[in-house]
Amino acid sequence: MESLSNRKKVVSNKKMTFMEKLYLPAILGGMWITFKHLFKKHNTLKYPEVKREFAPVYRGQHVLKRDEEGRENCTACGLCAVACPAEAITMTSEERKKGEENLYREEKYASTYEINMLRCIFCGLCEEACPKEAIFLTDRIVPTYFERNDFIYGKDKLVEPVDQRVDISKRQLTGKRPA
Amino acid sequence: MVKVIIDDIEVEVEPGTTILNAARQIGGDVVPPAMCYYSKLQGSGGKCRTCLVEVAAGSTADPRPMPKLVASCSTPVMDGMIVKNKTSERVYDNRAAVTEFLLINHPLDCPICDQAGECHLQDLGFEHGKEGTRYEEKRRTFDPIDIGDKIKLHMNRCILCYRCVYVANQLTDKRVHGIMHRGDHAEISTYIEQAIDNDFSGNVIDVCPVGALTDKTFRFKSRVWFLKPMEASCECTKCAGKAVVWMFGDEIYRVTGRKDKYGEIEDIDGKTAWICNECRFDKKDKSQWNIEGPRVINRHSVIAQNQYLVDERIESKKLN
Repeated sequence: MESLSNRKKVVSNKKMTFMEKLYLPAILGGMWITFKHLFKKHNTLKYPEVKREFAPVYRGQHVLKRDEEGRENCTACGLCAVACPAEAITMTSEERKKGEENLYREEKYASTYEINMLRCIFCGLCEEACPKEAIFLTDRIVPTYFERNDFIYGKDKLVEPVDQRVDISKRQLTGKRPA
Repeated sequence: MVKVIIDDIEVEVEPGTTILNAARQIGGDVVPPAMCYYSKLQGSGGKCRTCLVEVAAGSTADPRPMPKLVASCSTPVMDGMIVKNKTSERVYDNRAAVTEFLLINHPLDCPICDQAGECHLQDLGFEHGKEGTRYEEKRRTFDPIDIGDKIKLHMNRCILCYRCVYVANQLTDKRVHGIMHRGDHAEISTYIEQAIDNDFSGNVIDVCPVGALTDKTFRFKSRVWFLKPMEASCECTKCAGKAVVWMFGDEIYRVTGRKDKYGEIEDIDGKTAWICNECRFDKKDKSQWNIEGPRVINRHSVIAQNQYLVDERIESKKLN
C-alpha cells in the first residue's frame, strides 16, 4: 500500500564503498560534531549549584499558611480532600479549646493533616478549593526519599513556621478570604 | 378534587391542599424550596418566606391574579388556580432577596459548620445568593451553648424557623425550650439553660434546616461527604428503629433519621420514623445495627462526590 505519511523508506542492500568500509570519515565526522558542542551554549543547569528560576505560579510542595497573627488558617473543612483527584489528602479535625485562640484562627482546626506526595499530582485543585486561604502550592520541589513513608507529609512539614514565612504573594489565588 | 396549574403543569389534588404540597405531588424543580415548613409537623410554615410563589389566577370563579406573592406552604389551592414558581422572574428575584435577608445574621462559616453539605440554606444560597454581602452592621453573635449533653446550639446560625419548637411540642411530653424575646432579639433558648432531655428531643437536630442545632457526638468528627450513609434498623422499644447510619469504614460516626428529598423524616408503615435519643446518640457500634444497604444519594449532592454510584435511572429499570 502507498504510504500515507510519505516518510516510508525502503531498505536497500546497497554494498558499501571502500571509504565507507574504512569507517574513519564517519568516526571523525561524529567527533567533530561532539567537539563543536564544547563551544555551544549549554541547555542544562548544574543543579543543585545553579537553580532554575520558577514561574510565580509554579505548583510545587504545599504550604499550610498562617495569618498575620500566626494562627493557622486551616479549619479542616475537607474541601481540598474532596477536590483532590488523586485522593492524596487526609485530615482529622478538632475543636479549638479555650486558650488556643492564638494558635488557630477558627473554632475548628486540623489536628492532623497529611498529604501523600506520591499520590499528589500537583494539579493545584486543593489550592483552588480552599475557602480559607490556608493551602497553597509553592515553588519548592518535593525532594526524593528512600522510604515511601517519608513522602507522607504531616503538619510538621506543611505548616509554615511562624518565623519562617513562605511567600505566596505572587500567586493568582490570594486575597479572596472573606472578612 | 381541584385542578391547579403549576408552572404549566396541571395537577389534581384534594381540596385544602397547599400550593407547596400540590407542587410536591408534581415533583422535580417545580417544588418551591422551604426552610421552615415541615410536612410532618403540624402548624409549621409561613415564617421563612422562601417558598413564595406568584399566583397568576386565583381560581376559576375569580381569575384575578393575587397582587402579592404568597407563601405556598400555607396557601390552599383553589380550582383553576394558576401558579408560577420557576417560570416567574418576580419569584426568583424575591427569593434572592429572602435569601439575602436570611443571611444577614447567619455567619458564613460553612467550612466549620457540621451541617455543610446537607444544609438547606447553603443550597438556597448557592442558587440565589450573592457573592458578597451588602450588610455593613455588626452581626448579632451568641456563644454556642450546650442544651443537654448531646445537643449543641449555635444561635448565630439559627434562622428562627420554629421547627424545633414544634418538634418539642408534638413529639415530647414537655417542651423546655422556645423562642425568647421579639423581633431582632428573638432567640431559641431553654429556661435558664435547662437541659433538653426527652427520648425524642434529638429530633430537633434532624429538623433544623441549618447548623444551629447539631449533634455533639458528631461535632467536628468528619464532614458529611466523607461518610457513607447506610440504611440500618435496630430493635428499639421507644422508636421504630429505622435510621441512617453514617459510616466511615466500619465505624459509625453518626445516626440520623431517614430523610427524604425535602429533608423531612420519611414515613415508614404510615408513621413518621422519628428516632429516639438512644438510637441517635448511644448506638455507635456496628453490631447494634442491622445494616440494610446503602442509601440512595442524589448524584448532584456533595455527599455523592468521589463516590461511584449506579445511575438512578438504570437502577429503577432493574427494579421493574
